[in-house]
Amino acid sequence: MNLYTRRIWTNRIGIALSMFAMALGLVALMWILWTLFSKGFAALSLDLFTQDTPAPGSDGGGLRNAIVGSGLILFFSMLISTPIGILAGIYLAEYGRISKFAAFTRFMTDIMLSAPSIVIGLFVYALFVATTGGFSGWAGSLALALIAIPVVVRTTENMLKLVPPSLREAAFAIGAPRWQVSLKVTLRAVKSGVVTGVLLAMARITGETAPLLFTALNNQFFSTDMGSPMGNLPVVIYQFALSPYDNWVNLAWGGALLIALVVLAVNIGVRIAFRNKDKL
Amino acid sequence: MPEPTVPTGNPAALQIRNLDFYYGDFKGLKNVNIDIAHKKVTAFIGPSGCGKSTLLRTFNRMYDLYPGQRAEGEILFHGKNLLDKKQDVNMVRAKIGMVFQKPTPFPMTIYENIAFGVRLYENMSKAAMDDRVEWALNKAALWGEVKDKLNQSGLSLSGGQQQRLCIARAVAVKPEVVLLDEPTSALDPISTAKVEELINELKSEYTIAIVTHNMQQAARISDYTAFMYLGELIEFNETGTIFMRPGKKQTEDYITGRFG
Repeated sequence: MNLYTRRIWTNRIGIALSMFAMALGLVALMWILWTLFSKGFAALSLDLFTQDTPAPGSDGGGLRNAIVGSGLILFFSMLISTPIGILAGIYLAEYGRISKFAAFTRFMTDIMLSAPSIVIGLFVYALFVATTGGFSGWAGSLALALIAIPVVVRTTENMLKLVPPSLREAAFAIGAPRWQVSLKVTLRAVKSGVVTGVLLAMARITGETAPLLFTALNNQFFSTDMGSPMGNLPVVIYQFALSPYDNWVNLAWGGALLIALVVLAVNIGVRIAFRNKDKL
Repeated sequence: MPEPTVPTGNPAALQIRNLDFYYGDFKGLKNVNIDIAHKKVTAFIGPSGCGKSTLLRTFNRMYDLYPGQRAEGEILFHGKNLLDKKQDVNMVRAKIGMVFQKPTPFPMTIYENIAFGVRLYENMSKAAMDDRVEWALNKAALWGEVKDKLNQSGLSLSGGQQQRLCIARAVAVKPEVVLLDEPTSALDPISTAKVEELINELKSEYTIAIVTHNMQQAARISDYTAFMYLGELIEFNETGTIFMRPGKKQTEDYITGRFG
């Protein structure tokens, strides 16, 4: 076998191995999606959106309370985490490039990014639920916000660091104070990237279950009171999937499908919206 | 106080005295003394790394953005030392504008690109702002090309138009001095010619300091030329004299292309 043939075969074996690895990954993913879609779509009906979660042993039922609850909890957690995350990201990228405090903040952000979400849930439970005397939607929003904030901080900082120094200099050169340079020029230059980061953070927390177990808990009735326990999709799925009732298990599949579709829609939406980015 | 290298005979807008500049431990400028003449064009030439951009960036304290860079000495502007720590840097930059090598339009509309800087220091009505935007764009010979698309992004313009937008933006805040750091090196010959024409017109109202790699450009547009080498100001004189009868061997070698 000469050198050239040997290289061809090495190449073929390399490609075959990597194709096999890719197929393995894809098969797992497709399997999950197929199971989710086939069982989920079977559970999908109008009742899912118009009826509340059923009592044990009763027929039918839907997920209305959990969908609305999840929506509210998500909305408020993004309302908390977006401004904090973006402002902290601006601080790190524009103000604290070399300060020790910024380095410390960056380090803490990294720890928060990799912290198990159940730890965050416990933290909020100890600090908020235990002290305010009860599970509530607010506690759930707070726990999810704590997970979303580091994601937003990191994307904002990374995006701002991509702004060419010349643009920043140009804004300073006209006599703009630093806060105007940050908010009106550099942040605007990367707003599509920052919005993407915020939406991806939202996608990340949409399916979080552990932090909600100790905070928002669950509520089998329809409620929009953020001050009391609140129904939400992840916890309902967790409870119903383990239950002995067929209609509950079906609802769990339907809920799982809803979450998957929302996350998918956000991801695809972000890609389409910013395909021609920075068009202003 | 040492004499400026050349008494220009014109009133000076900026007087630079004993200026040293440091990038950390590296000395980028060595004891520079020069007067920038009022309402004239002063060009800085010299090989890459000679310190001409560094010098220009001390005039509006651009180096302040970067820790580790510092200037020592005096830059007198209306009798006050710009390098004084108590000096309000943003005020300095509003009075001494700058245009950079690469066009840097802000990510906003053409109108907002101009209005952004004006709004920082002046409160004015919408009508007055409209007038100012038109005035500034006219000054930069851009009004005719953009008057129908003021609400489009500044990024949608061509490179040459973007650079004139940046000049309009600098002029709009009514500075006294305009610093140009190789403003045409990223432009095609036609855009370059337009910007040069523009510089010629602007000097009736503004003091202009320009850094350029293009010696013909310096010869075409400037009244005074300074030749710099290795962080030192080698020679400074009227442009005609520098190019026709340079006083120093190094200057002559550089402008005749023997080194650099």
